[in-house]
Amino acid sequence: MISSLTELLPDMLKAFYETLYMVGLSLLAAIIIGIPAGILLFVSDRGLFYENRVLNMVLGVIANIIRSIPFLILLVLLLPFTQAILGTTIGPTAAAVPLSVAAIPFYARLVESSLREVNKGMIEAAVATGAKPWLIIREVLLPEAKSGIISGLTITAISLLGFSAMAGTVGGGGIGDLAIRFGYYRYDNKVLFTTVILLVVLVQIIQFLGDWAARKVDKR
Amino acid sequence: MIELKHLNKEYKTKKGTIYGVRDVNLSIRKGEIFGIVGYSGAGKSSLLRCINLLEKPTSGEVIVDGVNLTTLSKPQLRNARQKIGMIFQHFHLISSKTVFDNVAFALKAAEKSAEEIKKRVPELLQLVGLADKADQYPAQLSGGQKQRVAIARALANDPQVLLCDEPTSALDPMTTKSILALLRDINQSLGITIVLITHEMEVVKDLCDNVAIMQGGVVIEQGAVYDIFANPVQPLTREFIQHALDFKLPDPLWDKLDSGSKVVKILFRGHAAEQAIINQMLKVTNVQGNILHGKIEYIKDKPLGTFIMEVKGEQSEIDKALQFLVDQSCGVEVVNRD
Repeated sequence: MISSLTELLPDMLKAFYETLYMVGLSLLAAIIIGIPAGILLFVSDRGLFYENRVLNMVLGVIANIIRSIPFLILLVLLLPFTQAILGTTIGPTAAAVPLSVAAIPFYARLVESSLREVNKGMIEAAVATGAKPWLIIREVLLPEAKSGIISGLTITAISLLGFSAMAGTVGGGGIGDLAIRFGYYRYDNKVLFTTVILLVVLVQIIQFLGDWAARKVDKR
Repeated sequence: MIELKHLNKEYKTKKGTIYGVRDVNLSIRKGEIFGIVGYSGAGKSSLLRCINLLEKPTSGEVIVDGVNLTTLSKPQLRNARQKIGMIFQHFHLISSKTVFDNVAFALKAAEKSAEEIKKRVPELLQLVGLADKADQYPAQLSGGQKQRVAIARALANDPQVLLCDEPTSALDPMTTKSILALLRDINQSLGITIVLITHEMEVVKDLCDNVAIMQGGVVIEQGAVYDIFANPVQPLTREFIQHALDFKLPDPLWDKLDSGSKVVKILFRGHAAEQAIINQMLKVTNVQGNILHGKIEYIKDKPLGTFIMEVKGEQSEIDKALQFLVDQSCGVEVVNRD
């Protein structure tokens, strides 16, 4: 048993790194595109200072469409797209494409809902000072929703970890891929359990760090 | 300073149109403190929010300092809002920012430089008496202190108008007094026009020069605070004043009264409150008087006396006594037990 595990150690480390890489990359996409999208979804809603029904509806419909497609199907549907922009559909970078596409609307909705928690009166008071929308977003909305935005990132990261296992099966690599190839297809329970334990530990660490960060920024 | 002309605000809901404000015409002079009174749902909050266009009126004009706000573009409206401060019942401070940064926000809105902000914020905090709280977060402050920060924020860009949305309704009586004193101070030292909405007539009595009473989105009565107190016309106005002056006789007192006597409420306005009219009345007529309740309020330094008297004697003498009071320009009203 020990020998088979040490034998697998290099594979395991590589898979671990691949998982972190694709989850990290798509998380970055979620932050860069998902946060602005979530803010736009919120401030363009009725009664808010950047009200724009058309923009709100278009963004909302796009987010809903992507989120209603099961990830495995999205993975397959996006293969030509990934091929077109990266020239390959194999490897963790390629897997990060569908993961990002799934993560962006998911996180955007979480950002939107955490912004909804911001006291409407506080926003009204900011509007009454004559502040520009960008100043209100930067100085009121984001600081007030920071804790929720971080919690949302934690949830997104953990969901992505789950999705990354699926992405692994179509050639993305990573821990999930390892678990299925060695553990499931070769009936090697040791590998299966080891990888599952690894994933459990990873989720715990992400959750712990996320909770800690969310608490630390909360000044209320 | 502020002119509202044929102002209407309607809300479209599934159940039909709700009228928040209906054909309101108001004229608020520069430097005065104007009160708007009404129960919740009377439309006073909508009306106040129409003054800085936080709510866009369905029709009508909002003219502040000669400018019709309803015709302005978005950037122009933002500039106009910097000259109209606003404070709220629940303060609405940014909870994730320090006192300093909360006040600084208004200055950033006016695109002031960092040096200016550094200089101006301590001045403003000094003005509201919170110079030592700059680095605290709102959660660490009391209600009164939070309202003071909100006032500092509202005054940051030297506004000409300060809109107050129930500024003391969430505060205890002592703190209410100190906040009202601060508002009066600001009004007098800076000459800022204040528009204040409240459901407490006490606040109007202590602070305002003029007042409008609202019901169902309509201004039903308006005038100088003293006149409204001395001579309320509408039933709702009377009700509000009754709350503020509070002269309901207790039941045990009613039980002790003679069945043949009359209980009258006498209102002495202005100079009448300082003269011995009751004494004269007792001399010229043959009635006995027994004062059950008496109070002289000073509204804007003008006295307003309210007395409740039991008057005993022949019916004709009682009538004569009451006529005497009416002739002395007192308000007389026979009070019945309810």
